[in-house]
Parts: sequence; structure tokens; C-alpha cells
Amino acid sequence: MSSIGQDAVQGRRARKRPADQAFRGITTGAGVLILVVLAGVAAFLLIEAWPAFVAPAEEIPGEGGLVLYIWPLVFGTLLAAALALVLAAPLAVLIALFITHYAPRRLAQLLGYVIDLLAAVPSIIYGLWGFTVLAPATLTPTGWLAENLGFIPLFAGPASTTGRTMFTTALVLAVMILPIITAVIREAFLQTPKLYEEAALALGATRLEMIRTAVLPFGGSSILSGSMLGLGRALGETMAVAIVLSASGGITFNLISSGNPATIAANIALEFPESSGVAIDALIASGLVLFAITLVVNMIARAVINRRTDFSGAS
Amino acid sequence: MAKRIEVEDLDIYYGSFRAVRNVSMTIHPRAITALIGPSGCGKSTYLRALNRMHELIPAARVEGRVVMDEQDLYAPGVDPVDVRKHVGMVFQRPNPFPTMSVYENVAAGLRLNHKRIRKSELDGIVEESLRGANLWEEVKDRLGKPGSGLSGGQQQRLCIARAIAVKPDVLLMDEPCSALDPISTHAIEDLMAELKENYTIVIVTHNMQQAARVSNYTGFFNIGGTGEPGELVEIDETPTIFSTPTHTDTEEYISGRFG
Ligand SMILES: Nc1ncnc2c1ncn2[C@@H]1O[C@H](COP(=O)(O)OP(=O)(O)OP(=O)(O)O)[C@@H](O)[C@H]1O
Ligand SMILES: [Mg+2]
Repeated sequence: MSSIGQDAVQGRRARKRPADQAFRGITTGAGVLILVVLAGVAAFLLIEAWPAFVAPAEEIPGEGGLVLYIWPLVFGTLLAAALALVLAAPLAVLIALFITHYAPRRLAQLLGYVIDLLAAVPSIIYGLWGFTVLAPATLTPTGWLAENLGFIPLFAGPASTTGRTMFTTALVLAVMILPIITAVIREAFLQTPKLYEEAALALGATRLEMIRTAVLPFGGSSILSGSMLGLGRALGETMAVAIVLSASGGITFNLISSGNPATIAANIALEFPESSGVAIDALIASGLVLFAITLVVNMIARAVINRRTDFSGAS
Repeated sequence: MAKRIEVEDLDIYYGSFRAVRNVSMTIHPRAITALIGPSGCGKSTYLRALNRMHELIPAARVEGRVVMDEQDLYAPGVDPVDVRKHVGMVFQRPNPFPTMSVYENVAAGLRLNHKRIRKSELDGIVEESLRGANLWEEVKDRLGKPGSGLSGGQQQRLCIARAIAVKPDVLLMDEPCSALDPISTHAIEDLMAELKENYTIVIVTHNMQQAARVSNYTGFFNIGGTGEPGELVEIDETPTIFSTPTHTDTEEYISGRFG
């Protein structure tokens, strides 16, 4: 009793425990390190890209200077990633729901395992698959789309004869980001407290209604954060896009023709070996823009998620 | 509203383990039936069998009959979803939907059961249910705020409002006050006394005084030993159980807790 009292008094001069101190130092260091790395990357990009900013417009590849060079790449990057997300996110929600609420336990485990495996497949493999299998397979459907739904700008055509279109690229990217999105959402759905599912069922909810009232609202922020992770991956994906997409530059929403905008990452991979001088600086400048886009995407995601926590407070 | 339930020879299993054996009882309408008994004797299991909530557990099954309105709730072709619309439930831990406002919580069941409902009508039912749960005065100015922002006792009354908003015939409550302070407990007990005018209420409680205070009938469950199934020792009018029970087990349990 008295020794506790003494401790408490001494405690005012905050006893320093060496192990605690050391560990605290290590964790702080790790936290600072990540900031330093991030700042370092940004600084590198800025310094290396600088010559491209100040170079005369004629020296930049293409015509019309840096902005006109990068803007179509930005457009292509955003288009491919957004399309992939639109395709993958709803499917990921459905798969996660199936795994957590419909599938028998064995099947659920197996499926979860397969999904995780999908995430581990190197992107070059997805690229090869997209190029050799998926691209030819899209020829018939895209031909049909161009003929029958050609009035929609997305399917204006004429349909590409190789299938190496924005459409195929988005499909490949969708498959690639599906596992990560599914994994995040599945985790959240698994953690939906039984408490709330029971509350819904006790009111006479069917299983679907229970999912709508008690599971999806919980998963809301996880659907968002999973999607943002997926979007991040789709924005930066390089090899698969470089292999699948036959790019000709230009800005178009036409997804199935042979004239497709390139993406920043794939463009860097394809052009870098053959570039020199200011052209390299221009590529790095486009990389800087990609870096900025991913940062902004993540910040928006955080903001949205934070705003929603108001109503998701666990009680 | 308020219906009688006849339970006949009910056995409840978790897989091959028989958790409850051979329960028969009449649950009277417009009355509160309290279920008491030591921990693990199957009170919750039995209660959840009354609205087929136990079916959420994959291997759980039931033998016997639970008859309400001349309809066996376990007859083939009876949809558990329909059963639960008529037999509502309030849980041990208050569980308002945390993503919903107070208003939306009360309206949740109605939105499920009748998709199309006029706003004015919904407003009316929400208010009526919150008044019914003695919560209206406390929350009428914050209907749009999250339900999880209320105190524990208020949350539990919100859950009761949510349950009565769909106008069930029977209300099952599994230790509804065990997570609450004495004042909130008192509020819920008062509420139960009012609700029994219109509902059939079954409550599981570990609190002897509570059973004696609020209930009209009391059933005592006991268990032979670990691994043995729980069974209903006796059920009778509450004053009888607490003054002159037939079985010595009942008397010992009650006096042990009182002493
Ligand atoms: N999901 C389950 N799977 C298997 N056995 C279960 C399950 N739930 C309960 N049991 C078993 O059934 C028996 C009765 O449990 P139950 O929860 O109904 O008791 P209880 O009377 O409500 O106890 P308490 O007063 O502690 O709440 C116990 O032996 C318990 O271990
Ligand atoms: Mg229990």
C-alpha cells in the first residue's frame, strides 16, 4: 500500500523505463521514416521533372508542350481506372456478401482463399492473359456493341480488330483490383456484429432485408476504402496496361475503337527505354502528376470516410 | 394483438446436444411470463425457439410444437420471417442500428414489412411507438440524431419502441435490464407493466425481485448437471411460485437468491 503511494509520488517525475523509451523511439522513427520517404519521392520527382517544365514547347515529345503531352495521359489513366472500378466494385460487394452470408462455411473458406490467391498473381500474367485470351474474346461483343449501341458515345466504334482496347484494358484492370476490394469488404462484413443482424431478423426481415439494414450500412466505409485501394492500384498499374492497350494518344470516350488514350504508367514503361534528354524529364513530369492524382484520391477517400464515422459509432 | 401460446413437448438441440428437454407450458395473453433459472439451463435457447431466432445457428433444431392461433409455428410451410413479424424480440444488449437515426430505428421494421407507407402515417406510428416505450419526451427533439447517441437505458427503450412499432402479438425479452442501471431498469419495468395491457410478454431474468415485481406467471428452469438438458421444473402464478412452490428445487433457488 505505502509503496504504491510512494510510486505515485515518484510518478510525478515520470519514471522512465528504458525498454518503453527505446520502443517508443523505434516506433516514432518508423513513423517519421515513412514521411521522409514520401517527401523524398516527391522531391525526386520535382527535381527530375523540372527541366521539362522550363523547356521550350518544341522539345517536348508530341506537339504543343508539356500540358498537351500529359493531359491525354491523365485522361486515359482516369478513364481506365474509373471504368475498372465501376466494373469491379459492385461485383466485389456481391462476392463479399456471398462469402460472408450465403455460402456454406467450406465453400466460403475456399472462395476466400482463391480471392487472396488472385491478388498474388503478378500483373504481367494478367497482361499476357488480357492480350492473348481476353482481347480476342472481346471482338464479337464489341462488334455487336458498335453495330447496335453505336449511338452511345462509349460504343461509337468502329470496333477494333485486335481487341486491344480501353474496354479490354478496363476489364483486365477490374479483374486485377477485384481481390483487394473484395478482401477489404469481406473483412468488414465478417465483423458486422451479430447483434444488429439479429435485431433486423427479429423485426421480420428476410435475409436480403437484413443485409440491407444491418450489413451494408456497416460495410459502407469499407466499400469506399476498398474501392479507393482498388482505384489506387488501377491508376498505377503498368505492365498489364502496357501489354494489353494499343494506345494512339488522343482523348476519346470511345472504348472499343483502335484509337485509345494511353495511361501515364504504361506510357512511361513503354517510352522510357527509347527516350533521352527532355523526353525523359517529360515522362518524369507525368509520373509526378500520377503521384499527385493518387495522393488526391486517397485524401478524398479519407475525407469521405471520416465524414461518415459520425453515424457509424459503435455503441 | 396479444395472443396465447401453447408449447407442447418442446425439445431443442444444438447438433447432437440436447439443450432443453420436454417443455410444455401455456403462455397467457395480456400477461407477463418470467423465466428464471441458473445460468446455462436453456432459458435463452427456449426463448429464441419461440420466434425461431435459434435457426440462425446452423445446427440448431427443435422437436415439438409451439402453437399460436391454432397454428404450429414449426409446421412445414411456415416462414420464420412471418413468425418473427408476430413475435418480436428485445435483446440483452441494447442494439439500435448505429447507422440510423432515432426515427429511422423506430421506422426500420415498418419499412421492411410494408414497403409503401405514407410519411404522415409513418410519423404517427413512430411517435406512438416512442410514446409507448416512454421515450418520446426524451427524444422528440433529436429524432434525426444517431440512435447510438442515447444512454443505454434510452437505447433499450428505443429497441422496445422499434419492436412494438411493427405491432407484434408477442414480445420476447432476454434479460432486457441486465446491462442497465437501476433507474433505467425501473423505467423498463414500468414500461412492461403498461405494455402487458396489449401484448403477451415473456421475459428472461436473473433478477428474482424483478420477476416477483413485474410478472404474472413465473417458470423455473433447471439443469440436472453439466451436459444434461435443461428442463422446466414448474410454472405457476408468480405469487404462488414465490410463496409456495411445489418443488424444493424451486424453493431453494428462489430463497438462495433472496437470502
Ligand atoms: N450456439 C450454441 N451452440 C451450442 N450450444 C449452445 C449454443 N448456445 C447455447 N448453447 C448451450 O445450450 C445450453 C443453454 O444455453 P442458454 O444460453 O440457453 O442458457 P441460459 O439459461 O440462457 O443461460 P444464461 O442465464 O447464462 O443466459 C448451454 O449448455 C449452452 O452451452
Ligand atoms: Mg441467456
